[in-house]
Amino acid sequence: MVVASAMDRARAASVAPKDHSHVELKDVRLDYGDGERRTKAVDRLSLALGRGEFAAVVGPSGCGKSTLMKLVTGLLRPTEGSVCVDGAPARAPIKSVGLAFQNATLMPWRTTLANVMLPLEIVEPHKTKLRRERDAYENRVRGLLRSVGLDEFAGRYPWELSGGMQQRANLCRALVHEPQLLMLDEPFAALDAFTREDLWSVMQGLWLGRRFSAILVTHELREAVFLADYVHAMSSRPGRIVMSRRIELPRPRTLAMTFEPIFVDLIHELRDAISRGQAA
Amino acid sequence: MPWLVAISFVAIWEGACRLFGIPEFILPAPSSIAAALVAFRDPIFENALWTLATTAVGFGFAVAIGLLVGLALGASALVYKGVYPVLVAFNSVPKVALVPVFALWFGIGTVPAVLTAFVISVFPIVVNVATGLATLEPEMRDLMLSLGAGRLAILAKAGIPRSMPYFFASLKVALTLAFTGSVIAETVGANHGIGYLMLAASARFQVPLVFAGIAAIATMAVIMYLVCALLERRVAHWAYRSNG
Repeated sequence: MVVASAMDRARAASVAPKDHSHVELKDVRLDYGDGERRTKAVDRLSLALGRGEFAAVVGPSGCGKSTLMKLVTGLLRPTEGSVCVDGAPARAPIKSVGLAFQNATLMPWRTTLANVMLPLEIVEPHKTKLRRERDAYENRVRGLLRSVGLDEFAGRYPWELSGGMQQRANLCRALVHEPQLLMLDEPFAALDAFTREDLWSVMQGLWLGRRFSAILVTHELREAVFLADYVHAMSSRPGRIVMSRRIELPRPRTLAMTFEPIFVDLIHELRDAISRGQAA
Repeated sequence: MPWLVAISFVAIWEGACRLFGIPEFILPAPSSIAAALVAFRDPIFENALWTLATTAVGFGFAVAIGLLVGLALGASALVYKGVYPVLVAFNSVPKVALVPVFALWFGIGTVPAVLTAFVISVFPIVVNVATGLATLEPEMRDLMLSLGAGRLAILAKAGIPRSMPYFFASLKVALTLAFTGSVIAETVGANHGIGYLMLAASARFQVPLVFAGIAAIATMAVIMYLVCALLERRVAHWAYRSNG
């Protein structure tokens, strides 16, 4: 006969499975503006992201996708509801997050290499180790640049790079400090179609190699279905999730797959959900 | 190219003076100005050096204090709102009116000249540095905030480098103003310097000497400008986005 002591029971409770979500939004509402012009950016927004999961959020313009980005990174506080990262309320700076915006926002006074190294100068523990291990870090960064095809341009300035190359550098910068969560806010929106498709493959390669959790905000459905495990469709403002679709296509996915019937069906499904969300 | 423009300008001037027989005390020809430069080279050189020194010191203070105040204004919205209107009010006072006050406080000579150069040239620097900082792209700020950068890090790594083109632009303006300031001070309350020399010369209707003084000031200003331009090329070359 086994008698469970009070201590054993307590220990069992403390190792009970925690919520495995990396990021969780529950019934979030965000108001902005003052007085009469007060509007809801998002309302009753709920979303959960598992560890190592790649999630895409798609929706029409102005539905609150960028608001979602700012909520998750703690740059904005929800008016109602909760936003949790790793179980704790999101407050900037979130530990271990990488951001990539639509605008690459590289510092024009730094070379590409120096730009990508920026997070290493700010985020611990790299900040303290940087002075001593500079060469090692530099080699690591050069390796990262090589994996996206930019190693020859490490010494060039941002204005000497094309839009696609700047975004590749931007992605490298977002990943250089090895964050556990990557937030992408329409990173490929300003690029032409060919460059875009190129960068999907680059992004997929980076993710397969590192398996960080990611939230990709985009209005391009093909991009969402190509890259993600889950695609969440948002309604128009005030935004909330109207559909969450699991994408079970095998990886690594190829551009040829994007024209297959199963892929196209997924896109139709999502598009319908979004239209209904727009009409609602 | 600039040499060509300058030489043709001088040539046209000389030609016009000779052609229209303009009297020397109205508009001297470049040839008589050159003659005055040679004849009076010792006093011109000595006084020019004096003016250069006072201007450089006043300008130096303006750069240092302009940078500091600009940083304070640009970094904090509160400080900006509180201090900026006061600065504008101070700057609107004609500096010519201030020189007798400075002379009363500090006596005739160096201090009013340095002070006037400082007071007249500090404002553009403050404005430009503050503007450069206050207009930092929100995305860059968000990026650094999300990484956990504090205000100091944002200022040092993003705000200040970004403001350098604005800063150097203001230096070019402030430099010319600084010379204006010190020469004005000299004409009103000094016993040294090119301004003083020009005043003395004009009182004696030695107009070529007056213009020689102008030429000396212009030369000094161009030299200081070249120094600023050289510094700019080192620090803010990236802003011109030129290849090679």
